[in-house]
Order: sequence, then structure tokens, then C-alpha cells
Amino acid sequence: MKTALKLAFRNLIGAGLRTWLNVLVLSFSFVVIIWMNGLMAGWDYQAKTDMTNWQIGGGQYWHEQYDPYDPFTLTESHAPVPAGFSDELARGTMEPILVVQGTIYPEGRMQPVAITGIRPGQEILMIPTFALDTVVTDAVPAVIGAVLSRNMQVKEGDRLTMRWRDANGMFDATEILVIKVFSSNVPAVEAGQIYIPLEKLRSMTLLEDEATLVTFSDSEKERQDAGEWVHKSKDELTAPVDEIIKTKTVGQSVFYGILLLLAMLAVFDTQVLSIFRRQKEIGTYIALGYTRREVVGLFTVEGAMHSVLAAVVAALYGFPFLWWQAREGWTMPIEASEFGMAMAQTLYPVYSAGLVIATVLIVVLVTTIVSYLPSRKIAKMNPTEALRGRIQ
Amino acid sequence: MENNAIITIKDLTKTFPMGKSSFTALEGINLSLGTGEFSGLIGPSGSGKTTLLNIIGSLDTPTSGEALVLGHSIGELSAKQAARLRKESLGFIFQSYNLLSVHTVFENVEFPLLLLKMGADERKKMVMDALEWVGLTEKVKSKPPQLSGGECQRVAIARAMVKKPSLVLADEPTANLDAANSHNILQTMLKLNKELNTTFLFATHDEKVIGYLRRKIYLLDGKFEKEERVGEDEVELKEVESGRRLSK
Repeated sequence: MKTALKLAFRNLIGAGLRTWLNVLVLSFSFVVIIWMNGLMAGWDYQAKTDMTNWQIGGGQYWHEQYDPYDPFTLTESHAPVPAGFSDELARGTMEPILVVQGTIYPEGRMQPVAITGIRPGQEILMIPTFALDTVVTDAVPAVIGAVLSRNMQVKEGDRLTMRWRDANGMFDATEILVIKVFSSNVPAVEAGQIYIPLEKLRSMTLLEDEATLVTFSDSEKERQDAGEWVHKSKDELTAPVDEIIKTKTVGQSVFYGILLLLAMLAVFDTQVLSIFRRQKEIGTYIALGYTRREVVGLFTVEGAMHSVLAAVVAALYGFPFLWWQAREGWTMPIEASEFGMAMAQTLYPVYSAGLVIATVLIVVLVTTIVSYLPSRKIAKMNPTEALRGRIQ
Repeated sequence: MENNAIITIKDLTKTFPMGKSSFTALEGINLSLGTGEFSGLIGPSGSGKTTLLNIIGSLDTPTSGEALVLGHSIGELSAKQAARLRKESLGFIFQSYNLLSVHTVFENVEFPLLLLKMGADERKKMVMDALEWVGLTEKVKSKPPQLSGGECQRVAIARAMVKKPSLVLADEPTANLDAANSHNILQTMLKLNKELNTTFLFATHDEKVIGYLRRKIYLLDGKFEKEERVGEDEVELKEVESGRRLSK
């Protein structure tokens, strides 16, 4: 094996430009696969972190009727916060949130919204609820996200009419004053939601001490369902992100496949050409003491070594590029909030040793197989014909 | 049969399939070759000399009969055993040199020693010794495309001789060389034959080579035709004459 490696290396280096062209194409595959996978991992990490910071905290309790994808459930999905939560509520490590259906009327248009009551002093989520502490005498102070602001063309200082139904089904309306417009990477907290002080919403809807969901900060604590409150762990709540990333990764695999296919075609082509052109050399190897099987091995190692050289070349230009990307990130050319899921405008790739090792192993393995397939022809060659360079 | 025979051929026949019929390349060949001989299979194209050389070199097998080379029956060797025989005991010199073009002269000559898994220091010494025998120590870093035909064949001789094999098989070694280079090559091989007592067996129809042979085995249409033995003095005289002719 050592001899085969040495010979294969000499043959490859000796082949000059042909080798380096293949190596360059293969090295490009290495770098692109690692970069794109890193980008996906970075996106996954960023999306989960942003969701944790802006939307779910360390996990949540949902009222059993609550379904975030069905606004009609909001009418029934509220109940008094369980007494067992009182300690954490007092410490501020748990925050009740009340969500009711409502309507706003920006410039005479009608727009359904989720009116979200949240405590102004809460510190679990990054939503700037502190602004809700602003004293406004003739309106309800409200905080909205940048997506709603953009869609409704509403800005800070604007006043809107807001309508809702109380616990008895009675409609009522009031004026709200947009105190702050915040921007996050989580469209779910920005789109279609108006944040007002919790106690104000409770009094407006006659739902004293009630909530729709309860967010907590401690994700490590062992928790169970509490009566009509269903425990949702952080992993459960971020699972859709994993699903989306997985779907995107499958889509990207097709791209990797095409990229690898092109690189493998180059290697395969080189192998076929080598075996066709180097028959005399093959005969010489056999005459000097190799078996045909060993020559097959030599050519396979030679082909596979393209990927090893490619890994070295990829390291030369890939490490600086990947490092620069991890530092500077990749800014998307279009508005990230249009994607409808937690996604930062600039994504920072995250590379793991596992990702690099797996990529190298996959490329080396595929190259070895692709190198072996045409090399099998050598096993059927007549050495005396090969020595004369006769095409077989 | 000679007592110190390293090649013994008995009733050897080789046929090749050609469509539905077959072609007989060798028929009823009997031959014995001793250690240190400088001999040749002589005949026109198609006489079967290369086929016989290939069988002796364990690159091919007889259809019937027996070929004993260094105590090994060629027809009964597995691919691995045949490869080991070639690796350890045989040297090959080809008409078109068959050097590895992307390797340097040093690496080409080193190749058989790599297969024998020798240490780097030992390899280096043996390669340099072999290159000294053929007068190419100055060209160690050159690659075959940078060498003349004569130099390439000298590299091929060094490669065949570097492991000091018991038997060297040379197939038309001078066919691509001019007279001066042919003479030099043959002188080198004769010198090595004398100094290392290596057995040389040629396949040739080149008069220049035939002049150097001490034993000439003539083949015609795959059959043994005749055999001539030449005394050592006579060969030396021819060497001198060839040298004179070339110097003119």
C-alpha cells in the first residue's frame, strides 16, 4: 500500500496540469459543500437563538385550546394562570401572555391582528415591552414589529383605532398609540401582532388574571402539564425550524450531488483516458512484478488521491474563505423577513469538525469508487498485449 | 539438459484462438539455458521468439508442454506467484524501453526495489550503482522525454539489472537504436553478464545483436530450426571489430 501511495503520488504530480485541473474542481466541491452546510447550520443556530430570545424563551405552557395557526381558537384559549406558577411569576422567570383577536383600522382599512398582552417589565423576551410603560392618557400604548409597520404603513407616533371582543362577546374599541416599532429576525413576533400592557388587555377583555400562554426562562427545569396548560419544551417549539432546515438541506443535497457529479465525471474521464493511454505502462508494471489486481489498486489509489490533493488545495484557499465568511457572514440580497421564518439578513456559517470530516470522507469515498470502476478493466487485460501498447 | 539450467523448456506449444480456429505460435520447443549464458532467440517476425520470451518471463502460459524457469513451472504458477517470480528474479528490457515517463531516471530504476520493499538508503545505493554500470549517474534527475533513445535503453538496462536478477529477458533491445548506440548497449550488457554472471536471453533478428551472442537459437514459424554456439574468443573478436567499424 505504501508503495502504491508513493507511486500514485508520483504519477499524479507527474501528470501535471491534468491532475491540477481535476484537483481544483474537486477542491471547489469541498469548499462549497462545507460552506453551504455551514450556512445551514448557522441559520439553524441563529433561527433557534432568535426564536428563544424573541418568541419562546426557555419554553412555554399553552392553554389546551390554543393553536397559533388558528385564530378562531383564541376566543376559547385562555384561563387563569395556575397557582403553582406563582413563585416563578414573582421572580420574573415566568411571564403570562394573553392573546385575543382584534382588528385595527389604519387609514380606514380593516386589518385583523392578534392583540398580545404582555407585562411591560418582563425580561424573558427581547421585545421592547419597557416602552409600554410610557404614560399615555388618551390612548393605549402599543409596540409593533417592523413587518406589521411596513405592511400597514404605520410608524412610531401613529394613532390607530383598535376593536376587540370582551369575554362576554361584546365589541369595544379604543385608540392605540404606537410607541415603538421593533425589528427582530423572527417574523412570527413581528407580523400581525400588537403588544399592549397585559393588565390593560385583561381589563379590556374582562379576563382578569387569565392568560393564553405562559413563557418561562428556565429550560432545564423538569416540567409537566399543569391541568389545562400543556407544557411545550424549547425543543418542541423549535422543531419546525429543524424541519425547515432539513427540507432546505435535502434541496441543497441535489446541488451538492450535481457539483460532485461534475467533479466525479472529471475524475472518471481521467481514469478512462489513463487506462486507454497508459496500456504500455500497465504492461510494464506487470512485467516488473505487479499482479493485475495490484495495478487495479494502484490506479484506484491514483484516482482517489485526487481527492486527497483536493482536500489540501481546498484547505489552502478554503480555510481563509470559510473563516472570513464565519466572521463577516453572508448577507442575503433580498429582504430576509420575506421568507416568513426566523432568518437574519446576514447569516453566519457555523462549521463543525464533524461537518468537515464527513465532507472529506464522503468526497474521498465517492472518488475512490469512481476511480475503481474504470480501473477494473485492467484486471481483464492481457499483459503481453498491454506491453506493446495495443488497445484492449 | 545442463546441470545448472535455469530455463528448461520441454515440448512447449502455444496456440492462440483466432475466431473459430486457432493459431499455433510455438510448437514442440525444447530448450535448456544455463546460468551466465548470453544467448538469443533468433528469427524473423512471426517466428515465435517474443511469445517464447513472454512465457519464460511468466507473462504468458504455455498451451501444452512445460516451461521451468528458476525451478518454477510457469503453467502452474498463480498470478501472485508469477508476479513474485518476475519481481524477485527476472529483469525485462523492451524494444521501446517502457520507461515510466513522468518519473525521473532515478525513480524508474528505483521502481523494482520499491516493489521489493527495500529501505531508502539501500535503494539509493543500489540505484546509483546500477546507473554507474550504464554510465548515467549525471542524469538521475532527468525524465525519459529528456533523454536520447540510447540513454533511455541504458536506463531500462539499469532498471532490469538493479536488483541483480538471475535472468534478464531482452526483447529486440536495439530495434529503435542506431548502430553506435546499439553497440554501446550491447557492450554494457555483455559487461554486466561477465561481472554479475547474469543470464541474458534476447529475442532478436538484429544482426548487430546476433554478433554478440554466444548461443544462437534459431526459430522459424514457431518451431526450433537450429542452434549455434560461439566461443568466447570469437565474441570478443567481434566486439572489437564492431567497435572499429563504428569508430570509422
